[in-house]
Amino acid sequence: MDVLYQILVTIVPAALIAAAPLMLTAMGGLFSERSGVVNIGLEGLMVMGAFGGIVGTLMFESFGFGAASPWFGILFAVVIGAIFSLIHAVVSISFRGDQIVSGVALNFLALGLTVFLTREIFDRGQTDTISERLFRTPIPILSDIPIIGPMLFDRVYATTYVAILIVVIVWFVVFKTPFGLRLRSVGEHPMAADTMGIKVLRTRYIGVMMSGALGGAGGAVYAITIAGNFAGGTIVGQGFMALAALIFGKWTPFGAMGAAIFFGLAMALSTSAQQLPGLSAIPQIWFLILPYVLTIFALAGFVGKAEPPKALNQPYTKGSR
Amino acid sequence: MMDAVRTKWMGLLIPIISILLAFLAGAVIMVLSGNNPITGYAALVSGIFGTPYDFGETLQRMTPLIFSGLAVAFAFRAGLLNIGVEGQLIVGWFTAVIAGIVVDLPTLIHIPFAIAAGALAGALWGAVPGFLKARFEVHEVIVTIMMNYIAMHVTNSLIRTYFLESGQRTAIVNESASLESTFLSELTNFSRLHWGFFIAAAACVVMWFILWKMKRGFELRSVGYNKNASMYAGMSVKGNIVLSMTISGAFAGAGGAMVGLGTYGYANILPAFTNIGFDGIAVALLGASTSIGIFLAAFLFGGLQQGANMMQATAGVSPELVEIVIALIIFFVASGYVIRWAIDRIASRKGEK
Repeated sequence: MDVLYQILVTIVPAALIAAAPLMLTAMGGLFSERSGVVNIGLEGLMVMGAFGGIVGTLMFESFGFGAASPWFGILFAVVIGAIFSLIHAVVSISFRGDQIVSGVALNFLALGLTVFLTREIFDRGQTDTISERLFRTPIPILSDIPIIGPMLFDRVYATTYVAILIVVIVWFVVFKTPFGLRLRSVGEHPMAADTMGIKVLRTRYIGVMMSGALGGAGGAVYAITIAGNFAGGTIVGQGFMALAALIFGKWTPFGAMGAAIFFGLAMALSTSAQQLPGLSAIPQIWFLILPYVLTIFALAGFVGKAEPPKALNQPYTKGSR
Repeated sequence: MMDAVRTKWMGLLIPIISILLAFLAGAVIMVLSGNNPITGYAALVSGIFGTPYDFGETLQRMTPLIFSGLAVAFAFRAGLLNIGVEGQLIVGWFTAVIAGIVVDLPTLIHIPFAIAAGALAGALWGAVPGFLKARFEVHEVIVTIMMNYIAMHVTNSLIRTYFLESGQRTAIVNESASLESTFLSELTNFSRLHWGFFIAAAACVVMWFILWKMKRGFELRSVGYNKNASMYAGMSVKGNIVLSMTISGAFAGAGGAMVGLGTYGYANILPAFTNIGFDGIAVALLGASTSIGIFLAAFLFGGLQQGANMMQATAGVSPELVEIVIALIIFFVASGYVIRWAIDRIASRKGEK
């Protein structure tokens, strides 16, 4: 029992920290895909967000914002991400280009642009390291709860809880508000939605820009809490993992959150399983590929069939059937 | 008749306009970042054609890009988007190198054997999403993305556990399996150009032959155009989906074999993706999924990547500018609908006058 508890106290905080960026980005993907626009570009949006988060934090540090700088850095990344996602929106919604191809190009562009800008601004392949970091802080009262306290509330970043709060907000917005209903109807049957007077293209633009904002936030949270600076190799695959979490969670906020935490657990295990009793016998490779294998299983219907929104990946042309 | 001619011209015009627009945007970025676009692009061009070495390296970079472009295009012709070329290429690279290390055969048998091993590995990696698509109607894009990561982690782990020779890589492949060519290398001032270039050129012909001269190829294209009509005509849609992903994967795997047996001579633990597979999407798209188009597009992208070095060395422009230009080319080609609309608009205005 003691051994198991020891494992949980090591693994759970690490999993929660790794899960926060995935959760935020997956929520972004949810907005876009629920409106009917595939977003393979989440990876690129996270890259943009990581860059924006670090540059923003450095900028606000120099303005003298002190300890608040990282939070403003994240806000800056949200804005950058939303603006950047406009490219994907224009190409796939207005120009009716292939959404997947556009998403792939978005990933290329994000990496090229950010590393290019990094070289221009900092004269080398990576940015300076931010000095105002977010720190792991125990939450008063809650961290004193026996057993659960040290596991969930002792050594975590505030960003994880903000991310969970955002998941709840997203759930409310998408499933309990008129806007959410419109968003989903546009993703399921855009023509019917159009007939009812819903502005299909505008709703999709909002969906994609939300994915940019939240993907930007996800990238920024990763860069600020885990990396500390930005380089071409800061975001490698987290965006795709967030996409996987979205699908594994069957395009629902809480499902995606659960999947993100689960993937975070797998990531935490892949780095620390070697030191844990009982788990050291399992080769690291199994933990590394677990999220991806599970996503494939989920799609194939072995873990309950994941059904995408009906109109996903279909450009909408007024008057077409 | 006029319409057919026009579509043909459009097919050529859109890629060219896309390239021009992307370079124009690249020039704007250079101006905004305080560089001179003329010196920048001059350096880029001299970085491709300037010396025999640069030209040799361009052809060397172009070799796997042809394969990844063919792989993407082949699936695309059957109506599938194979984002998994990257993973298929990685397993092909690994398997070809292992086949080149562990067996001893005469050169004439060993090289085809090692390439076939790579192609087979890629084919298997491609068959999985093909099967899942045919059997469970799972969208191939997500599965192939996941398979990319599985490919990278699995090959890395296999190299680390069983084949680690020095540092981060396997042993060098046996002489008998190597595609390296002293002749080509000396001809191009000791670049890494190898025989694989000619194999890649031959692969373009192979794809053209399969798609346009074989009954099977006709079926594949037919499924790509219209699934229901193909089914009505008695073709097996599911069988053709699996087949097209398998052949696509084989092209990708063979491309990996070129990298493993020709360029490097070994496989190494990859810290990140090679991007050759993802670039294949750009190549296929720009080449409009035709053999000749892919050959030319691979030359453009291979050249851009090679010339980027010179751009940094002599004009001080970060090599990432090239990646930006490549991304923009994809965006513009994907927006072909708007370009076509704009051309039509201009053409009809002229007609009115």
